[in-house]
Amino acid sequence: MSETTVTEPDEALVVSHDVVELPISPRRRALTGGGIVLAGVIMFLAFGLGARNGDAAFNLSQFGDKVVIPIVRFPGGAVSMVFGGLVVLIGLGQIVRGYSRKALRYAVSVTVALFVLAFLCWAGTGNPELPISLSALVGLSVIAAIPLILGALSGVVSERSGVINIAIEGQMLVGAFAGALFGSSAHNLGIGVVAAIIAGGLIGLLLAVFSIRYQVNQVVVGVVLNAFALGLTNLGFQSLMNTDSDSYNAGNVLGSIRIPLLADIPVIGQTLFDTNLIVYATYVLIVVVDVALFRTRWGLRTRAVGEHPKAADTVGINVLRIRYRNVFISGLIAGLAGAALTIGGSGAFNENISSGKGFIALAAVIFGRWRPKGALAAALLFGFCDELQVLLTTGNNTPVTIPSAFLQMLPYVITIVAVAGFVGQVQAPAADGEPYAKG
Amino acid sequence: MTAATVEVQGDTPPDEPGRPWWRRLLDGYLYGNQYVVTALAFVVALIFGAILIAIADAPTRSALGYFFQHPSDTFSRGWDAISAGYSALFRGAIFNTNSLYSNGGVPIFGPISDTLLNAAPLILGGLAVAVAFRGGLFNIGVQGQIIAGAICSGYVGFAWNLPSGLHLIVALLAGMLGGAIWCGVVGWLKARTGAHEVITTIMLNYVALDLLSYLLGVGGFQQPGSQEAISRTVVPSARLPHLFGDLHSGIILALLAAGVVWWLLNRSTFGFSLRAVGANLFAARTAGMNIRRTYVTVMLISGALSGLVGCSQVLGTRLVVTQDVDGNFGFDAITVALLGRGSPGGTVLAGLLFGAFRAGGVVMNSQTHTPSDVVSVIEPVMVLFIAAPALIRGLFRLRGVRGGQSAAALAKGWNG
Repeated sequence: MSETTVTEPDEALVVSHDVVELPISPRRRALTGGGIVLAGVIMFLAFGLGARNGDAAFNLSQFGDKVVIPIVRFPGGAVSMVFGGLVVLIGLGQIVRGYSRKALRYAVSVTVALFVLAFLCWAGTGNPELPISLSALVGLSVIAAIPLILGALSGVVSERSGVINIAIEGQMLVGAFAGALFGSSAHNLGIGVVAAIIAGGLIGLLLAVFSIRYQVNQVVVGVVLNAFALGLTNLGFQSLMNTDSDSYNAGNVLGSIRIPLLADIPVIGQTLFDTNLIVYATYVLIVVVDVALFRTRWGLRTRAVGEHPKAADTVGINVLRIRYRNVFISGLIAGLAGAALTIGGSGAFNENISSGKGFIALAAVIFGRWRPKGALAAALLFGFCDELQVLLTTGNNTPVTIPSAFLQMLPYVITIVAVAGFVGQVQAPAADGEPYAKG
Repeated sequence: MTAATVEVQGDTPPDEPGRPWWRRLLDGYLYGNQYVVTALAFVVALIFGAILIAIADAPTRSALGYFFQHPSDTFSRGWDAISAGYSALFRGAIFNTNSLYSNGGVPIFGPISDTLLNAAPLILGGLAVAVAFRGGLFNIGVQGQIIAGAICSGYVGFAWNLPSGLHLIVALLAGMLGGAIWCGVVGWLKARTGAHEVITTIMLNYVALDLLSYLLGVGGFQQPGSQEAISRTVVPSARLPHLFGDLHSGIILALLAAGVVWWLLNRSTFGFSLRAVGANLFAARTAGMNIRRTYVTVMLISGALSGLVGCSQVLGTRLVVTQDVDGNFGFDAITVALLGRGSPGGTVLAGLLFGAFRAGGVVMNSQTHTPSDVVSVIEPVMVLFIAAPALIRGLFRLRGVRGGQSAAALAKGWNG
């Protein structure tokens, strides 16, 4: 080492930019590797050998598609066994050699994807007469995930600036309520959307005032605001909507807008690009939040305030103003998520219509490591679990019946596993949840 | 956190020995001590609720339509709605004046017994949250723990055959065990891996709900011959004895639990290390306290208390397990604990108050046009004001400084 610096003195002046990576302990390596191998073995035995003889059938197009792909049939059990073998190899690689952190993340993603595919192959052999509509499954998963994606983006915006937003649930609920109420009474769903966004923003503002100005614990304020939103919307539902549903809760839904070329994409086009305004707004917001957070001045300041408010203050950033603004924006986005539940989804408002979606969105934020892309992936996974359960309980029977309750549990169990750090450490923004007082 | 803790000292008025009692009382008001803040928060929340009652009232709304022609109409109709609503609330919760004139039609102690019936689970759940608060942990998973407790105690209650006294005790223990395990997992994960308890408890709530919906469709658990999602009925030997009317002995259980928790927190070694861990983790670690064991133990205790809520519901109030067996007590428990400022005595009082609200809300719903949901708005509003004493001080121009802490301050952020 010293020899090289003597022979090449110029090189020594260059500061190394290599990221030093801590080696993963052998015990940890064996644990994750063993887990992956176990998943592979389950795939091989349960989904491969456990599948019925005969083909699994998948339908890749829907009624009305321009390009109709014929129904795909292949022996589901054999394919599952191949996938299982692949996953076992990936796991063995981890145990023997050990991947770097980045490679491990890909390995886990591939494992999860193959596991899901093997599961579908297995499920498809249950009833060869009725092909599983992959096209509907993928498309509807995205649609089911829309409120979760919006909620998760809301959480990212707020938590990156250092304010925990547990009130996503309440903001969604109020947004859903206001959307239905104002959309119906004004006979204009556009007004409904705007009202929903503002209503969510107002709860966001309450969260901001209590957690930033009065420095009340943010989790506590969030939980109490959720209770407040639930009580308020229940009261409004009972006293207004239940007595006169025609004028206050008509249940109108935003119309679909077909995007010419994109809607003709096979498999997913029709579901994803012939849908309502809120879904398109979500697509845009995903990109906007991701770019804004990592490529703009606002994003840099937000992250600075969330990681080290004192340092940010020292260089002249107004910490409290950034936090106020972000929590408010977070509320606005969550309000839109609420609108997606009523006027962008089922139409009419119902008591506690969000039913925990805000909390799942929060889980997606954490699962996605406080990054928009990660949160998006997590929200999609949760949406997929949701749709899979719907699909398997209505119509398609699997070789062995799985109670739908267990499929419903899946997102929550996955989140617990993720938070417990079995798949790498989940690290929150350093100052997330801590009030900032100047001086 | 440290800055705020220092500021709290500004709350107390100058304490000179020679001050007369009335002067101390006045100081209590002027400086806004915690009792005054609580009382004022109660008043503000009631006023807020009154406004909501008026808005929710259809005649008042229609009078508001011609407010500028006849403003008095709006006020008189609004007043009618508010007074009818709140007096029904009072009749349902505390004392029904009709019971004086009718001969046994309305039992005199009916309202009070309803209040106590609702207060028992609220107190138990509030204690569960409060205990965790003291250790710096925020248990949002009371709902899931109630369900776990209800499943276990219910199963022992309807499936086992034991002599009458023993059966109840075993069923109670099973319920406590169920809740303790459901919550202990959270403490264990926190201690081992640092997984934040807020997120794991929320997730376990939903896991419990799904588990319950599965069990309610399984033979041996589901009521035989029933298509509905309802469990078998708890046999008489496992039921909580009744005191009078509908009131079962769950309230005695709650008061006993409050006593035990008080002793545990304030008089035992465990309570001392728990409070130390909650107040300052690093100092506690330096002093040689076992943080991990404290986390697991406090969550086990908290879960056992939540499990008792499930027992009180299944063995006392409902006698069957249904999908809504938690009765929304899980989330109300959090507000009760916050209102009680994390102390056992305060939690009992807060539980009684919210129990009264619940009992009164039912009567208000049935006898007036006001939905009982007004109550579920009043409660969080009250807790919000109590959590931010500075807000109340500002509203009523009380002395004292900005800042100030409540039980809420003990729980920490994601990385804490």
